[in-house]
Amino acid sequence: MSNLTLIAILLMLMAVAYQMGLMRSRAVARGSSERMHSRPGYYGWLVALWCGLPALLVFLIWSAVEPSVIRAVVLSELPPEMANLTAQQITVLMRRLNDIASGFGVAGDIAPYEAAAADALSRLRNIGQLAKISVMASLALAGLVVARRRIQAGLRARNHVEKVVSVLLALCSGVAILTTVGIVFSMFGEAMHFFSFVSPIDFFFGTTWNPRFSTTGAGGQGEFGLLPLLWGTLMVSFIALLVAVPIGLMTAIYMAEYAPSWLRSVAKPVIEVLAGIPTIVYGVFALLVIGPFFASVGNMLGIQIRATSALTAGFVMGVMIIPFVSSLSDDIITQVPQSLRDGSLGLGATKSETIRQVVLPAALPGIVGAFLLAASRAIGETMIVVLAAGNSPVLHANPLEAVSTVTVTIVNQLTGDTDFASPQSLVAFALGLTLFVITLGLNVVALYIVRKYREQYD
Amino acid sequence: MSNETLSERAIIQSRVEKSLRRRHARETRFRLFGLGAVMAGLAFVALLFISILVRGLPAFWQSAITVDVFFDPAVIQVDPQPVFQTGESPQAFREREIAWQSQLTMVNWNRIMENSIIALKPELEKQRRDVRALFTSSERFRLRDMVIEDTSLIGKTVKLDLLADANVDVWVRGNIDRSLPDSQQQLRAPVRDLADALKAEGVLNIKFATPLFTNPDSRSSPAAAGLAGAFMGSLFMMMIVIFLAVPVGVASAVYLEEFAPRNRFTDLIEVNINNLAAVPSIVFGLLGAAIFINWFRLPLSAPLVGGLVLSLMTLPTVIIATRAALKAVPPSIRQAALALGASKVQMVFHQVLPLAIPGVLTGAIIGVAQALGETAPLLLIGMNAFVANIPATPFEQSTALPVQIYLWQGNELRNFFEARTSAAIIVLLSMMISLNALAILLRKKFERRW
Repeated sequence: MSNLTLIAILLMLMAVAYQMGLMRSRAVARGSSERMHSRPGYYGWLVALWCGLPALLVFLIWSAVEPSVIRAVVLSELPPEMANLTAQQITVLMRRLNDIASGFGVAGDIAPYEAAAADALSRLRNIGQLAKISVMASLALAGLVVARRRIQAGLRARNHVEKVVSVLLALCSGVAILTTVGIVFSMFGEAMHFFSFVSPIDFFFGTTWNPRFSTTGAGGQGEFGLLPLLWGTLMVSFIALLVAVPIGLMTAIYMAEYAPSWLRSVAKPVIEVLAGIPTIVYGVFALLVIGPFFASVGNMLGIQIRATSALTAGFVMGVMIIPFVSSLSDDIITQVPQSLRDGSLGLGATKSETIRQVVLPAALPGIVGAFLLAASRAIGETMIVVLAAGNSPVLHANPLEAVSTVTVTIVNQLTGDTDFASPQSLVAFALGLTLFVITLGLNVVALYIVRKYREQYD
Repeated sequence: MSNETLSERAIIQSRVEKSLRRRHARETRFRLFGLGAVMAGLAFVALLFISILVRGLPAFWQSAITVDVFFDPAVIQVDPQPVFQTGESPQAFREREIAWQSQLTMVNWNRIMENSIIALKPELEKQRRDVRALFTSSERFRLRDMVIEDTSLIGKTVKLDLLADANVDVWVRGNIDRSLPDSQQQLRAPVRDLADALKAEGVLNIKFATPLFTNPDSRSSPAAAGLAGAFMGSLFMMMIVIFLAVPVGVASAVYLEEFAPRNRFTDLIEVNINNLAAVPSIVFGLLGAAIFINWFRLPLSAPLVGGLVLSLMTLPTVIIATRAALKAVPPSIRQAALALGASKVQMVFHQVLPLAIPGVLTGAIIGVAQALGETAPLLLIGMNAFVANIPATPFEQSTALPVQIYLWQGNELRNFFEARTSAAIIVLLSMMISLNALAILLRKKFERRW
């Protein structure tokens, strides 16, 4: 019986329990002169929860623990000469045993000890499965019977059910924390693993990126200098901001101060479409349209512009973050109190003077916050740079040349590779940690600035 | 004296007028700048969509060769299809069936396809190799599958649209420079002439590219490469996001907005969610690779892992949108419910949440759309593997629509796959646009102003 059927049966049992609770509470209500504490549905829920929750808990714990217990037992029963296998060999052996036990068949002859172990494996699995099902079934039935018997007029069923509901809600909000913890721990753990191969100083201050291939083995360690990648990231992001900030800010100003309402209601959603387009689409757009366009412009001017370069990637990324800048700035500009504008206009300033000398300075902290958020978005962007930046991790200052960034390198080093033993793939986690810290820092600062500014006018 | 003041006044006035003119000119310039910026934004949107449409739309049609295919019994020499006999074990029957199918696979299907053209042009008997080059290689499996479905076809003639090879398609539709010398052409000269002749005779036609929607990806037979596999992968992942990220996200938003006590722990969760929303998506891919694949040993390239990673990624979006929707419900509703004796849970689940449903749905749809378009984290959990069949469960290997776009844009057969890539983008974008339109529709229909 697969786990899914097991859960489905449990759910059905819970539905039955609900009905039984419902009926029982109605019967009790008819039989007694006392008023029931809760509405009948709550008694039904209470019985269903008593029936389902303990069994579900057992199921979860059992599923988490069972594989490792069985594995340990099977390994301990292996003949003594097999005791000093390496972790790799054990993995291979277990996979083989699995295949034998499931009747899939394996390549080569099956050694007697393998047959015995596979036999033990499937026997243990069957026992485990049966034990799990019987424990779950008895718990579910016991819960059902006990809860049903406890139904009386005075039972505060609603309070019990609501307690469970609020605990469940709180657990759900814990998932967000768990995700962050997961990110930090996985990054940190694997990055530490990486730093056992390469010293942090070589990583953070190295100016050469040449990781070599892990398969060449003896070919040497490779050099893992972060600086060329970080430089590429900054260059691309800077170009992106150079495109997005003027256009985005002017769009926001025009929308907030000048645009007639019909234009606003048309243009605003259309420009925000840019934010919803998948980044892979921007990447292909850069590769097929913008890159060749820049290259031909370069040809006309007699300058060498590569089709895949920091300029191409940065430009397209800038287009992508225009809506971030414009909608955030728009919000902030419209929050500036009207009295400030009126005062300035009353003194005889023109509208543009009011905007430049009164509104913008008042909105400045918030706008800076918006820029920082846009910058963090640009730094973490992946697919555009993967496709359009050319991937050449060399330190140089020419934006018309190909560059590589932190995100591109993460993709290159880890794509399809699950061998987490070589520095070549582990470096992705050190890079990811760097990226995480940078974007987190930018966000914290930006949110702080935005929030602080909001308080001023509230 | 009065003359002097007059002239002084005139000077001042002219100076003021001058400066006014300057200031007004500046005003106009500024306004034009603003308008220019808006226009630039709109122009980018237009450029993006037009360039993709222009490139991608032609790929929804492709060359097919309409011929009478004769399932020649002289070529298809196989035993009769095995029939289940009473007393036989199912396993033995299955083995016999597989043996029969592999016998069918060995049939020279190419010869049947070649014969269908040679029946039209007997002079080509000597150039079978050129005739074969017209068809994309996967069509022979299609013929085989047709016979497996219905053995009575053997000996019959059926009119079929056989897909032309990708290079033939490129040549016929002029996507390659026809004046290039032979050495740079992808097709041999006789095949090119043959293709042109068939086109002129109306045998080779441009038909709607159904394989684009019904086939999985294919490497050996590019003309038959389709999006069905990637689509199923994306569908599985979206289902996982809907069943995981949306309930958990709504539940945690409800908790934070309605139940959570104001304390440090709640603040921590709040800061946490805001920061999670801004974590680059690729970091979630690293998380997936380290935790789900390396630690929990979940299968590589499976939509299950992709769905989990995308769920974690969209969780903050759903939470933030749901909280905004809950906040928009006026406190008077809550007070009224409480005043009538409802408990807090009853108030939330019977009054507040139903009123917030449109906003919650909008947030959920936007989250799902975000998950649908995400590529980078999927690359790190192996979903960029080449998968030549349509996944039937979320545990099988699969790609996703955006990853398929990434794979196709890198294909070496550029002049064929450039259009296919853009066509795939059109499919992806139309899915995303319909999701977003649905969100807007919901918001418009159920929006309530208090």
